[in-house]
Amino acid sequence: MLGVKARPNPLALRGLPNLPWIWTAAGGLALVASCGIGVLVGPVHIGVGTVVQAFLGGAIDPGQANILWSLRIPRVVLGVLVGGTLAVAGAAYQGVFRNALADPYLLGAAAGANLGATLAIAFAPGTSILGVNVIPLAAFVGAGAAVAGAYALGRSVTGLRSATGLILAGVAIAAFFNSIQSYVQQTQTSSIRQVYSWILGRLVTAGWDDVLLVLPYVLLSMAVIYLHRRLLDALTLGEDEITSLGIPVRRVRLIVVVAATLGTAAVVAVGGTIAFVGIIVPHTIRLLAGRSYRVVIPLSVLFGAAFLVLADTAARTVVAPAELPIGVITAFLGAPFFIAVMRSTRAATL
Amino acid sequence: MSEIVLAGVSVAYDGQPVVRDIDLTVHSGEWLTLIGPNGAGKTTILRAVARLVSFRGDIRIGGRALTALSSREVARQVAVLVQEPQMPFGMTVSQYVLLGRAPHLGYLGKESSGDRRVVRDIVRRLALEELASRPLDRLSGGERQRAAIARALAQQAPVLLIDEPTSSLDVGRQQSVLELIDELRTEQELTVIAAMHDLTLAGQYADRLALLVGGRLAAVGSAAEVLTEPVIAEHYRAQVKVIEMNGSGRAVVPVRG
Repeated sequence: MLGVKARPNPLALRGLPNLPWIWTAAGGLALVASCGIGVLVGPVHIGVGTVVQAFLGGAIDPGQANILWSLRIPRVVLGVLVGGTLAVAGAAYQGVFRNALADPYLLGAAAGANLGATLAIAFAPGTSILGVNVIPLAAFVGAGAAVAGAYALGRSVTGLRSATGLILAGVAIAAFFNSIQSYVQQTQTSSIRQVYSWILGRLVTAGWDDVLLVLPYVLLSMAVIYLHRRLLDALTLGEDEITSLGIPVRRVRLIVVVAATLGTAAVVAVGGTIAFVGIIVPHTIRLLAGRSYRVVIPLSVLFGAAFLVLADTAARTVVAPAELPIGVITAFLGAPFFIAVMRSTRAATL
Repeated sequence: MSEIVLAGVSVAYDGQPVVRDIDLTVHSGEWLTLIGPNGAGKTTILRAVARLVSFRGDIRIGGRALTALSSREVARQVAVLVQEPQMPFGMTVSQYVLLGRAPHLGYLGKESSGDRRVVRDIVRRLALEELASRPLDRLSGGERQRAAIARALAQQAPVLLIDEPTSSLDVGRQQSVLELIDELRTEQELTVIAAMHDLTLAGQYADRLALLVGGRLAAVGSAAEVLTEPVIAEHYRAQVKVIEMNGSGRAVVPVRG
């Protein structure tokens, strides 16, 4: 229009995997909006002006300040960390195991966390080690043990050549852990209610302690997976083809699985079992923005975080003044989505 | 220099020998095609040269022992076109070809503009530019094969191993794929080892044929030396007629009775 013609970039080649800015912007906006909603919505009305004033360091009512800084904001921040991590870990597991239905729960991470937490609730209620509540700690150990067990079993059975072997090993480990967990749960009736509430997931008691507890693991997990996004794309090739490109397949798989499990275990330890986020978010991104992990991984962080903050806001408002466990909301939305993905053979091919 | 020397190479799967005591030299810039009945060990030899399977004996590429190289060094020397390349759903042609740059990147490295330039040139050379942003699952069989060749070429390795490159293609596309590989071999001074079933095509494109039977080398030589009726009858247990075509190799035609 100004008489200047756009010169074609000599390096330009269509179809290269670039992060679409429009979806990145949309993800950023969704995250900011969901956090805004999460901070504003609650039984006590706090207006936008008050929230802005609080963020700018202005003087506000101490009661409202307390609600904002001690309850809502840490809960929203924890929602961001939990949602982003579950979505990224789901995408990472799907990449490593080349299974569209892989989820942070696939390798028995949740079953392990649940068993650990159940044991802690039943046999060591109220105990803490070095000032840290023993329940999340036990969940973390349980999740790690389950994934390590599944990995070792898969490796010994199929020599890691087959992703299916690993998935089946995860299913077997999860079934085994679940059976022990059910046994403990049924025999320790006094703690059954607390166990249920833990298993269904909640960010109810979230505080800054929980945020600080998971933050290092979550950041490490996300950073490692993000750095492996190109290699996750390469893992979509056949085994011989990946190896013939000089890519150490086993090492990539191991590092990504450890990172995803570390993040999952950390967030399951504070958030309980919140299923399906790792399936809903990455698949929606694949459908809308592209299938390359260079796109899926960063966008999963943004949209996963936004999704979970909104789900949590819904969990605490739908039946107010009571609260629904957040796992109920994600499962309600996630299960039909899971079935849709399962039925779509195209989406199941990663 | 990319001469490939196999000395006393044996491969076993789960203790069962599949390839036994192979001695074979493939000269730099040569096209050698492995032929032989099903299960003769053709693919296994390719996998050994690409170090995708452990082997006994010695394999050298350009004088360097394969076992002394790192995985990335092997990938910079040897590109492999597998029989049925996995075409990831939804991946574009450009993105797929770009994966071929992996051997030139660090573990967590990112492709440079130089890498993207290599990919662009290869995509152009293989007339895939119009298809660059098309998902692989929407390509025809011939286009897929060209994309797979492009990904292998993006490795810029002097040795190209191809396993049954034409098995799922019609006769026209078989010819065009083999012609393309032959042109690229000359242009880029590649050393090619192929495994093929079609004896006529194998004879037409290879400088030499190596006939494998039961994991052992039964004959090595030009098409005229290897593609003879007695040799094929003995090793394939097939009734064939070998017809000499003027200047266009030999046709191996099955006959009845």
